[in-house]
Amino acid sequence: MTERRVVITGMEVLAPGGVGTKNFWSLLSEGRTATRRITFFDPSPFRSKVAAEIDFDPYEHGLGPQEIRRMDRAAQLAVVAARGAVADSGIELTELDPYRVGVTVGSAVGATMGLDQEYRVVSDGGRLDLVDHTYAPPHLYSHLVPSSFAAEVAWAVGAEGPTAVVSTGCTSGIDSVGHAIELIREGSADVMVAGSSDAPISPITMACFDAIKATTPRHDAPECASRPFDGTRNGFVLGEGAAIFVLEELQSAKRRRAHIYAEIAGYATRSNAYHMTGLRPDGAEMAEAITVALDEARMNVESIDYINAHGSGTKQNDRHETAAFKKSLGEHAYRTPVSSIKSMVGHSLGAIGSIEIAASALAMEYNVVPPTANLHTPDPECDLDYVPLTARSQRTDAVLTVGSGFGGFQSAMVLARPERSAA
Amino acid sequence: MATEAFTLDDLKAILLEAAGADEAVDLDGDILDTEFEALGYESLALLETGGRIERTYQISLDDDALTGAVTPRALIDVVNAQLSAATSA
Amino acid sequence: MSASVVVTGLGVAAPNGLGTKEFWSATCEGSSGIGRVTRFDPSGYPARLAGEVPGFVAEDHLPSRLIPQTDRMTRMALAAADWALADAGVDPGELPEFSMGVVTASSSGGFEFGQNELRKLWSLGSHHVSAYQSFAWFYAVNSGQISIRNGMKGPSGVVVSDQAGGLDAVAQARRQIRKGTRLVVSGAVDASICPWGWVAQLTSGRLSTSEEPDRAYLPFDRDARGHVPGEGGAILILEDAEAARERGARVYGEIAGYGATFDPRPGSGRGPGLRRAIEIALADAAVEPSQVDVVFADAAAVPDLDRIEAEAITAVFGARGVPVTAPKTMTGRLYSGGAPLDLAAALLAMTDGLIPPTVHIQPSPEYELDLVLDEPRAAPVRTALVLARGHGGFNSAVVVRAAGQDAA
Repeated sequence: MTERRVVITGMEVLAPGGVGTKNFWSLLSEGRTATRRITFFDPSPFRSKVAAEIDFDPYEHGLGPQEIRRMDRAAQLAVVAARGAVADSGIELTELDPYRVGVTVGSAVGATMGLDQEYRVVSDGGRLDLVDHTYAPPHLYSHLVPSSFAAEVAWAVGAEGPTAVVSTGCTSGIDSVGHAIELIREGSADVMVAGSSDAPISPITMACFDAIKATTPRHDAPECASRPFDGTRNGFVLGEGAAIFVLEELQSAKRRRAHIYAEIAGYATRSNAYHMTGLRPDGAEMAEAITVALDEARMNVESIDYINAHGSGTKQNDRHETAAFKKSLGEHAYRTPVSSIKSMVGHSLGAIGSIEIAASALAMEYNVVPPTANLHTPDPECDLDYVPLTARSQRTDAVLTVGSGFGGFQSAMVLARPERSAA
Repeated sequence: MATEAFTLDDLKAILLEAAGADEAVDLDGDILDTEFEALGYESLALLETGGRIERTYQISLDDDALTGAVTPRALIDVVNAQLSAATSA
Repeated sequence: MSASVVVTGLGVAAPNGLGTKEFWSATCEGSSGIGRVTRFDPSGYPARLAGEVPGFVAEDHLPSRLIPQTDRMTRMALAAADWALADAGVDPGELPEFSMGVVTASSSGGFEFGQNELRKLWSLGSHHVSAYQSFAWFYAVNSGQISIRNGMKGPSGVVVSDQAGGLDAVAQARRQIRKGTRLVVSGAVDASICPWGWVAQLTSGRLSTSEEPDRAYLPFDRDARGHVPGEGGAILILEDAEAARERGARVYGEIAGYGATFDPRPGSGRGPGLRRAIEIALADAAVEPSQVDVVFADAAAVPDLDRIEAEAITAVFGARGVPVTAPKTMTGRLYSGGAPLDLAAALLAMTDGLIPPTVHIQPSPEYELDLVLDEPRAAPVRTALVLARGHGGFNSAVVVRAAGQDAA
């Protein structure tokens, strides 16, 4: 029985400071940051006033006026990224059986931005309990059900196979891609257009993270606000973005001589069954996810050349994650560069996992490990090699990327070169 | 001003509203010096509680003061300090 | 060769019955849970009927610590998960933590919780937003809370594909069991009967504006005029068949086949994908159409969608080739909770040899369906097909099969 293996043959990233994969990689490899004082609304009433926003004009990216009207910003980002990924892969989807092409889109908070804006209108600024339906826009249902994101992407690329949104909080971006590879492996699809998108920078999101003090109150120097693994870190910086991939079965990708960025060799998700927002310091469940993902990839810990961390920049997360790396990788954790791109592009909730998969694949593509920006002050509890400030050139054949999300979700994915296990 | 001070009963009422009560804990017992964690309240419950106290009493609780107050007595003291600062200001 | 996956426990919160037994006896009696909305005053809105779950008092079922941080849908999901585990005879504390997972579907999250916090945000200011807003409304909350309450550390997940999601979640749960997880809590519970959710649902253009509970939701009827929304759903305990047999569990049936497609983009000229989803599910279960004893229809009650479904069913099974039923005419459409509730009904139909009825409708002769009307039909049910479609074009189909009679 030949095992179906899954590779990335196309990608497109829309990230703060890096719209388009090329610009995204320039930002990361140069160690620049895209966090700034919020411009989407007046942030002065909020505890946290910074975010990583994308300068995104949907018209410029080919969306039509009606598409723009009916889609939440996150759906717009997803559709633009999906089209870009398909173009990048060079695949002619119209030549395939559309039932064999599926879509998964990860999103933690769906059409939050649209819902926030429209609630404000139908409730007349929160005044009406019985909100006024005559002020509801015709496409509000698509905001109610974020499954509309997957529908929009399927329409955009002409997919008629298994299609869904995967929503597991801040691991959505890994789990969406994980879901897609499982569909290809089991034979339910041959090609998946998969990734994730979130555009949460709205008053309701800022307010709820303010309430749990999860986002940083630091706003004197917004460009330095996101400080994963730094001793002075005090919360994450909210971001937005999308990354979508074309995933294919390895043999068919080879047959059409596609450019292969990486194989998705292993994936696992586990739950901490502990707390909706809290993490136990030992990182046991993330460690378990990492171990299972490596087993699935049939790789040993020494083969990991780079760890793309969740690194959100909260006190709790970075400690939890450091413990998980040590627990799962042992001594190798100390020898392996670890970095958090959230230091540069912020934390786009359900989208960031896919954006980090893209960063991991690009690290392999260019043999460069992106840095952790703003890391100046060591934290004794975070004592691994976090690649501070400057990208590092090194042979990178296999990458571990992880995520941790509200709800207790802990996910791990291993990317590797497909030829590694040719034997 | 003693009548306006924030009391254990005030705190209990807010805790119940913000986070309910652990079945194994008797909030009517002598809990003033029992750590919140032992009372079944973790940091999220205390953040919600702190937010409600701030809104009800129109005060602002410092991040560190809130996390440092690990027992009802300590939290009541923090709140009362803020309340008296607010009235004397 | 893939391991077979069986259902060993059910937990139901339905508009016509809170609890599996209550739901099933109401359903077999043709007793409907559709009525005027009571959770808010609906008189200012064009649609005024809903299927509300009766008599659910969260405090009776859940610790008070969980109440302030949960939406109604999460409270019902947690209670239904407790009931399903008890029904399965599973004490999660006795199983290895990593051997159990939770995969649920959500359609719109904890919308009522979100509504309340949005109101505070815009009327009182950002400082009034609850700390629990950071998760209580989001789509992953039910899986997260169920895993925490029951100490389940295995693979968990959440799929969102509107009404089809309830089947997609069960399929994902089966996938995880086939990869080695012993037990997965699956299914879905949705509830967004609040003014904000109502207004958002109205914009689908698919809500019935009838005020007569027995004339409002009429799938496959010439007077089909949209659906009545409901709340609730079902939680199912899925287990590896071998593991279930070893512990001597009672088995309701097997999740034998699954297929999912997505309709082509409007205007493409290609046909809808429901028929293909059915064919994939039957092939996956290695079942011939003639072996299927009943189809639980999606039953959109929108004329075009009813026609598409009737055509897909007759294309696969022939004209009047299989009994078709829609007990959701008694509950309304429960979004992601609807299909898991149909799965529960299909499994109970197998147990009792009784196909539950479709109520209130006069079938349009245009559809060549053998609809089970008004009264339950006694018939051996060994294989059932459950269909679900989501707004935008999601089509999912699941085949459930009775456990072998000598399975125990």
